Amino acid sequence: MTAYVEARTPLVNATRFRAAHEADWDQLDKILTLIEKRGVSAVPDQQLLVLPLLYRAALSSLSVARETSLDRALITYLEQLCTRAYFQIYGVPTSPMKQLAHFFARGWPEAVQALWKETLVSFLLTVAGALVAYLMIAHDPSWYYAMIPDGMAQGRDPGASTELLRQTLYDGGKDAQQSALALFASFLFTHNAQIAIFSFALGFMFCVPTAGLIVYNGLMLGAMIEVFASKGLGYNFVGWLMIHGTTELFAIMISGAAGFRIGLAIAFPGRLSRTDAAVAAGRSAATAMGGTVVMLAVAGLLEGIGRQTITNDELRYAIGLVMLAGWLLYFYMPRGKRDGTPA
Amino acid sequence: MARPPSRSSIAGLRRRFITPEGVDLNIELGTAGARAGAFLLDGVLMLGVLILASIAIGLMAFASQSILMVGLWIVGFFTLRNGWFTLFEMGARGATPGKRIVGLRVVARDGARLTGGAVIARNAMREIEIFLPLSYFFASLGAMFTGGDVLLPLLALAWSMIFLLFPLFNRDRLRVGDLLAGTWVVHRARAQLGHDLAASAAQSTRPRRVFSDAQLDLYGIYELQTLEEVLRGGQTDAIVTVAAAIRRKGDIPDDGDDYGFLSDYYAALCGRLERGMMVGLRREDKYSKATRAA
Repeated sequence: MTAYVEARTPLVNATRFRAAHEADWDQLDKILTLIEKRGVSAVPDQQLLVLPLLYRAALSSLSVARETSLDRALITYLEQLCTRAYFQIYGVPTSPMKQLAHFFARGWPEAVQALWKETLVSFLLTVAGALVAYLMIAHDPSWYYAMIPDGMAQGRDPGASTELLRQTLYDGGKDAQQSALALFASFLFTHNAQIAIFSFALGFMFCVPTAGLIVYNGLMLGAMIEVFASKGLGYNFVGWLMIHGTTELFAIMISGAAGFRIGLAIAFPGRLSRTDAAVAAGRSAATAMGGTVVMLAVAGLLEGIGRQTITNDELRYAIGLVMLAGWLLYFYMPRGKRDGTPA
Repeated sequence: MARPPSRSSIAGLRRRFITPEGVDLNIELGTAGARAGAFLLDGVLMLGVLILASIAIGLMAFASQSILMVGLWIVGFFTLRNGWFTLFEMGARGATPGKRIVGLRVVARDGARLTGGAVIARNAMREIEIFLPLSYFFASLGAMFTGGDVLLPLLALAWSMIFLLFPLFNRDRLRVGDLLAGTWVVHRARAQLGHDLAASAAQSTRPRRVFSDAQLDLYGIYELQTLEEVLRGGQTDAIVTVAAAIRRKGDIPDDGDDYGFLSDYYAALCGRLERGMMVGLRREDKYSKATRAA
């Protein structure tokens, strides 16, 4: 026969524990729900101030519950409550405007600065590619067709007349409408930015595809210079290229450098584990690469609008050099000590 | 910290996650299925935005007769393709709309703040994981029908498959982008506090059943928590079966009230096991003896 007893005292720890702390947990849950649904700004200051206190109380409840209680529902509840609170307190990035300001003031230039060796390699690869292409085509013009796809050449090949080549450098501003130029600029920007993202992302294959992209970029550069230089238009072509090219080529070199950094970190992790090295390299290189999108937007504007309306060679050189000096100063200017705030 | 080994099917996706205060939050990673679902949802949403924006820009272009609108569309397309994931994940919620619907969020593996660099890294990799091979696949597929190579679309598809299936081949369900950015995608659990089973047994007006030590010694923590699941689940046939099994084992006569009987047995067993824990004795399941926690 089953025995019965009239006892009303709580039998298990969870019961006493719930009675003592449930109000706090409820309050924390309410604040968190409000933040998750409507953002931090919807929460009154009074409640934001108690949020860390309630979070630590819930954490300690969780620790105690794990050691003393077998009520699984209680532990599951406290785990999700603490996790939600943790991400609201520690995991949330600072406000978008602050992030943006920090990115341009420190995050981006410092990330680019850290890539200086890789950027130098990108630069040398580009120059090497350009030299090789120049010499090869000077020796045998038929190489040109192997390097530059037809769609890109648009008639600017070794067989073209000097007059036609000259026309490609200075025409455009005359009959083209302003709006057509903007269209051209937006196309160039998105195309180049996509290339920049690829040269970053492909870096993880031990730098090989990225190096290929950078060298090929140099080859095209050298090939084009040769075609114009052989017709005595070298000076004019470089001016045509420089107005936007200093910004654009620099951006491509930086994104290539970002790819190299990742590939190198994976190939030679040093003292870190391979994963840790990849993460450290990936985050800082991605910051540098993200900024090149901005550079390429500037380059797109210079190329699509500036170049087509400015046809004076000296002015083109001047703009290109000023832009280059500006970028160099911005990236490599010595900065004060880190202020310790995370990006 | 001694915790009973979790035996649920999702145990494989639980990870230690120690807060600065030194407590393990025991977070749950998003399943591969949830990740794929979120990605498909995002794809559909992006397509919807693309179609709506295209119609709007098309109408504006028709009204203004300006070629500038084409430029706007090109830049807009670029922003949508590259910005959708990055900008949403940089926000306070750390999730794209698709991830939010499915209940996932992106978190730094080291528990620190999710930085912009990490978000850019994980989503730039998406370009070569999916968008590049996919666009190449369709391009080469088109070329195949006009006499192109059959191998190329297959190659593009194989490339994409390697990356798409990558999360299934590592413990933490990491994409290549996650690996590089130091992030992982966690399940965003939200739960209500279930009612206190032991309290409802204790506070009800009816008298409580009393069990002998021998009857309570039948089971350990694992069985207790399984019983908790049965009681909370509230399925009549499960309750009848479990009550019958316990009565048979403990040699307890049937009094016709299965739920009341199980509630009382749960409270009594829970109290007994917890008293053991107070003096450092844990009994994990019915097969093991109570042992001192290490």
